[in-house]
Amino acid sequence: MKPSLPRVAASVVVSKASLQKVFDNMRVSGFSLVGPTVREGAIVLDELTQMSELPVGWSDLQAPGGYRLERTREPQYFAYSCGPQSWKKYLLPARLKLFSVEKENGNWRVQPAQNLVPRYAFIGVRACELSAIAIQDRVFMTGEFRDPHYARRREPIFILAVQCTQSASTCFCVSMKTGPRAAGGFDLALTELPDTFVVEVGSEAGSEMLRDTAWAPATAFDLGRATQACQRAGREMQRQMRTDDLPGLLYNNLEHPRWDEVATRCLSCANCTQVCPTCFCVNVEDHSNLKATAAERTRVWDSCFALDFSHVHGGNIRPTIRSRYRQWLTHKLASWIDQFGVSGCVGCGRCITWCPVGIDLTEEVQAIRDKAIK
Amino acid sequence: MSIAIPTLDRRSMLDPMLPHAAVIQGINPEANGISTFSLEFVDPAEAAAYRFSPGQFNMLYLPGFGEVAISLSSDPGEPQVLGHTIRCAGSVTRALGRLRVGDLVGVRGPYGSAWPLERAQGKNLVLAAGGIGVAPLRPVILSVLRQRDQYGRVLLLYGARMPADLLYHEEIGRWRQGGIEVHITVDLADENWKGQVGVVPQLFYRIRVDPKQTLVMTCGPEIMMRFVIYEALARRIPKESIFISMERNMKCAVGFCGHCQFGPTFICKQGPVLNFAVIEPFFGKEDF
Repeated sequence: MKPSLPRVAASVVVSKASLQKVFDNMRVSGFSLVGPTVREGAIVLDELTQMSELPVGWSDLQAPGGYRLERTREPQYFAYSCGPQSWKKYLLPARLKLFSVEKENGNWRVQPAQNLVPRYAFIGVRACELSAIAIQDRVFMTGEFRDPHYARRREPIFILAVQCTQSASTCFCVSMKTGPRAAGGFDLALTELPDTFVVEVGSEAGSEMLRDTAWAPATAFDLGRATQACQRAGREMQRQMRTDDLPGLLYNNLEHPRWDEVATRCLSCANCTQVCPTCFCVNVEDHSNLKATAAERTRVWDSCFALDFSHVHGGNIRPTIRSRYRQWLTHKLASWIDQFGVSGCVGCGRCITWCPVGIDLTEEVQAIRDKAIK
Repeated sequence: MSIAIPTLDRRSMLDPMLPHAAVIQGINPEANGISTFSLEFVDPAEAAAYRFSPGQFNMLYLPGFGEVAISLSSDPGEPQVLGHTIRCAGSVTRALGRLRVGDLVGVRGPYGSAWPLERAQGKNLVLAAGGIGVAPLRPVILSVLRQRDQYGRVLLLYGARMPADLLYHEEIGRWRQGGIEVHITVDLADENWKGQVGVVPQLFYRIRVDPKQTLVMTCGPEIMMRFVIYEALARRIPKESIFISMERNMKCAVGFCGHCQFGPTFICKQGPVLNFAVIEPFFGKEDF
């Protein structure tokens, strides 16, 4: 007799329609579902209840400085690559109240913010994005200090990953060794085939969400098709970046003429840092009431491209676009490794797509490498 | 050369961004626009548990205004009183400057690395300070005075813009009596000034150092520290024996906000006190 639930590490097939049952199981288990959906001409992340809210029948065309949606021939659910938003939208909210202070009888009452934190189920997380989440985990949860706001959001999440079966022209996860296939770090991972989903079970919780779906063990044929579909995404990848001794290359070329050249194109608009799934820089804002008897602090996303990001009395440390672009790229690809033991780039290509002037970091790195000092 | 980073108490570990109220016990005007604020935690348990090392800093918070990273300038041997020498320069420090004794200030910390006092034992010390950069070095001086016999020669090379800008004026006599050789210079003298005129690195020409037995600790404007380092290296003091205290924009002090990065370094975590040998590839790079 077939067991009622697949074991962990098993691969099963479910019909496409069964995904709704998985959604329902998650909701009954108390998860708030967030995943891709079409809004205003882009695939963004938002709350979902029905699988029909997924971008069914949509794909995306991405290029440096370009993004548009187009219809697919078949009604596929996951026939697109990463959109402008990443999961940091939920794990590191763009605005978050930290605490409030009330002055009472000559003393202060400091109240940590009572932010309501849902238990999120992330639907459609790609391999590069799993790596991005793991990178932010290192920043906020494994150092000397731990960010309780991040940890409270991060720890209970359920991850339904999707294995990529196509790549955008801006993707380069193969170079960064983060994809296209997610090997772990998920509760469930879907591979979409024309007629069915092949599902890898990554955890007990993942298995539980397959309850009452008409799952069947995946056959060798199904697994072969899934593997091939994913391999095709890797094979088709158009962009690449050589990563050998990247920190040394950038550290030794801090005065490379390419920084001046890229500064003539870069608008310092900060788009790249806002769409980057690993960029974590934040600022704080302070507000008080008019009588100055109560105040609060809010944490907001910031960017190293902002002029006053480096402000100290007497001026800004990085007053030029050249110095700010250099800071961003050297942090992402070099000093990140010194700081966290891993590159800050996962190869998702968002910064290339969403750069209004189409600056491509893989091209910038290559230009520096071509005329490197050392 | 790694620098010991003192471990933090559990209190700060829970939510490292929460401030803890402290009372202003004293405000000592030091110079025009600069005062030393003595703070004490409202909660006696917090006051009793607080320890810091010379070179570390606190985040000082004023509700509605914001937070600033300020070095501790007081005696680590008396950690119940947190001394901060503050120049009213920005919106938060100007608001601090309007406070009076008995008012509250939010405090969290201490953060960052410390001056390598243990390594300095038995050695000669050159402390080179410019302007308010003498504040993070004052805990070193006070620690040395507590155990003067543990150290060799201790020299303070200290400069300010004008004679009226010299901090800790009344104490310097006591420091000299305690066995610290103090050399002072000003950029701009007035008619009463009988001392050296010029920048801090020039004071190296007034002293003799044994390069193998000397540690240099310097804090001040980066351009000053750069030339202090040149003078030290010119006297064959090894890079590994030179320590600097750096300043960067800082919003969290716990490595989350990204603002204080200096190459691979977070000034709030591996700094503010850094070994020159470690940061040499990046130090002095334009707009870095």
